[in-house]
Amino acid sequence: MSNTRRALFRSTWLPWALVLPQLLIIFVFFYWPTGEALYWAFTLEQPWGGGNAWVGWQNFVSVFSSAGYWHSVRISILYAVATTVLAIGVALLLALFVDREVKGSRGYRLAAIWPYAIAAPAIGIVFRFVFDPRSGVFAFLNQASPGMWDPTLNGNHAMTMLVLAGAWQLVSYNFVFLLAGLQSVPRALVEASAMDGAGPLRRMWDLQVPLLAPTLFFLAIINMTDSFTHSFALVDVMTSGGPARSTDLMVYKIYSDGFKGLDYSGAAAQSIVLMLLVVGMTFLQFRFVERKLHYK
Amino acid sequence: MLRKTALAAGLILALGGAQAQAQGQQRQGFTFWYGLTGQLSEAVQSVCKRFNDSQAQYSVTCTSQGDYAKALQNTIAAFRANEQPTVVQVYDIGTADLMLAGVYRPARELMASQGHQVNWNNYLPPIAAYYATSKGEMLSFPFNSSTAVMYWNRAAGQKAGIAEAPATWEQVAEAARKMKAAGHACPIAMDFDSWALFEQFAAIHNVPVATRANGYGGLDAEYVFNQGVIKKHFNNLLDWYKEGLIQIRTPQSGKDGIASFAAGECAMAFGSIASHSTIRRTAAEGLDWTPVMVPVYEGTQRINSRVGGASLWTLKGRPEGEYKAAAAFFAFLATPESEEYWSTITGYIPVTAAGQARLEQNGFYKKPENAGREVAMQSLMLTEPTENSRGLRLGNLTQFRAAYANEMQAAFAGQKTMDQALAALQEQGNQLLRRFEQTYRGKQLP
Repeated sequence: MSNTRRALFRSTWLPWALVLPQLLIIFVFFYWPTGEALYWAFTLEQPWGGGNAWVGWQNFVSVFSSAGYWHSVRISILYAVATTVLAIGVALLLALFVDREVKGSRGYRLAAIWPYAIAAPAIGIVFRFVFDPRSGVFAFLNQASPGMWDPTLNGNHAMTMLVLAGAWQLVSYNFVFLLAGLQSVPRALVEASAMDGAGPLRRMWDLQVPLLAPTLFFLAIINMTDSFTHSFALVDVMTSGGPARSTDLMVYKIYSDGFKGLDYSGAAAQSIVLMLLVVGMTFLQFRFVERKLHYK
Repeated sequence: MLRKTALAAGLILALGGAQAQAQGQQRQGFTFWYGLTGQLSEAVQSVCKRFNDSQAQYSVTCTSQGDYAKALQNTIAAFRANEQPTVVQVYDIGTADLMLAGVYRPARELMASQGHQVNWNNYLPPIAAYYATSKGEMLSFPFNSSTAVMYWNRAAGQKAGIAEAPATWEQVAEAARKMKAAGHACPIAMDFDSWALFEQFAAIHNVPVATRANGYGGLDAEYVFNQGVIKKHFNNLLDWYKEGLIQIRTPQSGKDGIASFAAGECAMAFGSIASHSTIRRTAAEGLDWTPVMVPVYEGTQRINSRVGGASLWTLKGRPEGEYKAAAAFFAFLATPESEEYWSTITGYIPVTAAGQARLEQNGFYKKPENAGREVAMQSLMLTEPTENSRGLRLGNLTQFRAAYANEMQAAFAGQKTMDQALAALQEQGNQLLRRFEQTYRGKQLP
């Protein structure tokens, strides 16, 4: 861009005044609570506000020395990766179908966008019924062989259930982006490779997916952060972190320790760690993955 | 046309509202937050309405805040913003937190300051003891009180050749085996709530859950439950589960123990006497059932069970007039008539001797719909409360209960042995206690 086209404010206060509302909102809803959480993380806060005591790194030490916490970190990462892979994979498949104008695609193009508009607790309630071991859709597994499906006692089943519900919600969001991405792939390229004898699968792997890489990368980041922070409602409704902490994801643990257990300081320390983790992961993705993508 | 009607309706509503406000101005109002939902919430609302209709001086506004834990969370948030209600219902296990926070007006001080004469000995000893200081002074008003019972399906028992409900755990196991043999798929329903099978179990067996008189003696108490009869009991439960005598019934699995019992699927279930009314309302056609005392092991001298439920705390920092109204509300709740009303519309028990006497006089327990409810009073009043049966004065109990559920799930899913689970629970519990002690460093339990 040449300098001649840059618009400049003459006064110095006007630009600040224009961004002030935005800054205020960010300050009130982001920096202030974060600052407060940071302070609480280094103190022991009495729940009713009767005072607090500075304890230095003790909250972090006790968080990091607890086996339950590391377990929570591990399963949160597992949940995020599994949900992201599943959600992007399914969305990509659906988007490719629509892009190829497979029969019936017009109908489900609309239908596939809806789930994103559903609130997570509602999804949780519906899926709780679907996965109910006695009367749900999955109950047929238990009729085939009793005890085959039991998310109330088997942690792996509970996690599978959460991943499916979480991915189900993200699929629609991913679908919109991937379809838009696919439709901006030049027709000429696709047609040229078809004339060279490349079948639909080959065209997908060698042409469309590589060209979609920036979109996939963007979705991977959004899905990952979303899985870390927005999984709360699903866990709360479907499993409450159980059985035996097998779905006690970091964000739910913060809630249950802080609000149910009234351990505000421990929860504050955990949320600082979660924030750093998400920031760090996004940073790593940009630093190392984005480099390998070609936008130009 | 429609518009005009709507306008007129709006006008009438507005006028009515103004009128109600004008009446309200003469009345001293106060707010009461509680942690009950559904049918129980309606019951509380009807109590509030009774109070408002009973006199013209005061009026109470009652608001449900969700379950007990939510009500406490919301109250704390409101308190920190200086918007707290005058009166709040706090569940039994939040008692230690409230006592140390020092944000309340003690029951005696409140009533004395508002000129109410209260016979404090009227409150039933095992109930009063839970909400009293270590010296016996009640700090909050017991409201909805209950205790644990076992629900017994008589017909299922008779079918398996058992005439009497089992009184010991040995008999429970034997009955369950016979039922199983007679084709009953789910003899015993169990969940991962620590209240009936762990906390009440410890009370009636007269064994401590923690040192320092279950925490009444000081914040440096430590959990010591992982031994003796408790250890034996949980290993038995796990064995019976593996044997197919126990089925896990939790809300997450679609039906909790009480619902499974009411549907006639499970023949024995454990829970609060407050569920009596739930079972009566939802029982399958012709279900022949009764509550009985929670069993003990053979050779145990059974003592009284512990009170559960919640009590009403008066919070500091409201205008003086509201305390006058709140005191009148408490006095109203403690009348035998109010107690009878409350026990009639819910499954809870009366909390005063006068209330209990009135129920007995009026033949309350003889009515068919209340059959078996006297069992709760017998269980609660069986002996004088001991250090082990009067209550738990331990911090972070909500988190302890969550840890209990998680460790039990691990043991029942076969990830750990029961001994490992109990040891892990005790260790986590002690960490929670130490953290609580540190949070309230330098403070003393009253």
